[in-house]
Amino acid sequence: MVDATIAYPHSDPHHLRGMEALGIAHSGPASKRIATGYGFWIFILSDMVMFSAFFATYAVLLGQTAGGPSGRELFDLRNVAIETAFLLASSFTCGLASIAADTRSTIWFQLGLAVTCVFGLGFLTIEGREFASLVARGAGPTRSAFLSAFFTLVGCHGLHVSAGILWLLTMMAQVFAKGFRPDILRRILCFALFWHALDIIWIAVFTVVYLIGSAA
Amino acid sequence: MSNGHDTENSIDLAPGDEHVEGGVGLRVLGYLTGLALAILLTATSFFVAGTDLVWQPSIPVALIVLAIAQMGVHLVFFLHITTGPDNTNNVLALAFGVLIVLLVIGGSVWIMANLNHNMMPMDQIMQMQR
Repeated sequence: MVDATIAYPHSDPHHLRGMEALGIAHSGPASKRIATGYGFWIFILSDMVMFSAFFATYAVLLGQTAGGPSGRELFDLRNVAIETAFLLASSFTCGLASIAADTRSTIWFQLGLAVTCVFGLGFLTIEGREFASLVARGAGPTRSAFLSAFFTLVGCHGLHVSAGILWLLTMMAQVFAKGFRPDILRRILCFALFWHALDIIWIAVFTVVYLIGSAA
Repeated sequence: MSNGHDTENSIDLAPGDEHVEGGVGLRVLGYLTGLALAILLTATSFFVAGTDLVWQPSIPVALIVLAIAQMGVHLVFFLHITTGPDNTNNVLALAFGVLIVLLVIGGSVWIMANLNHNMMPMDQIMQMQR
């Protein structure tokens, strides 16, 4: 390669580094961690596309209250702020847990995920109480198209968080029973991606559903 | 070769994995930075939504801009999606996802608002059906 460069000094006038790129291409297939993480990244993006359909539905049906209560009358922004704080804190502790997994520190990993779990459960509790009080006030999903869209979108996010907590507990148990095996580290990587992605979707939920919805 | 360092960097990274030379302290600092920025943007969002200090019609736009900024913060500091050569695949997949999301949401809102605008008011439709 060095010889080629000397013999043909202008063979790569635009510095595309074709030879070196070839060298990388021949370094073999990507590691299993990259392939797994990338595949899961594609899943997360497709999940976001699914959520975008629910967001579009909500945006279209925002005004269709069928004479029923609107967002301004229903939403309690103080609750939403607490939910947001819980989910953001859980995302942070999940990040700390993935650092602990990289440094193979079992105690910090279990502690990080336990705190993440507590914040996640707190989030679900507040959301569950909000849903229950809405239904009790006669503002259930059957009341209007607006409320159907609201319960579908926010409930779908809540289902994702519930699934994430089940996954989180599974990871704690697997690390406890089997330690940081390579396959388990890959699952931890995917779980962290999933949990951070849920927080990103929650940003859209609290902005579009609650803040803009209660202004409309 | 002079580009030896670049070659080493262009090995791919899994999404969510971080490429840092520093130790644990630097990585925790990264997450703390992300957390601080996210708290700042969230607090601004909640403040803007409830205030009378800004021109009211601008509030939804401001909220959406703040939300997109916070999503960017999360992507960079929590998911470690960077513009580095080791992240090209992740960024391209993300760009495609964002394209589809924008098409679905923007297209739906646009078309439905247009239909709504062209539709006769509900009470007139009711009268015609009598």
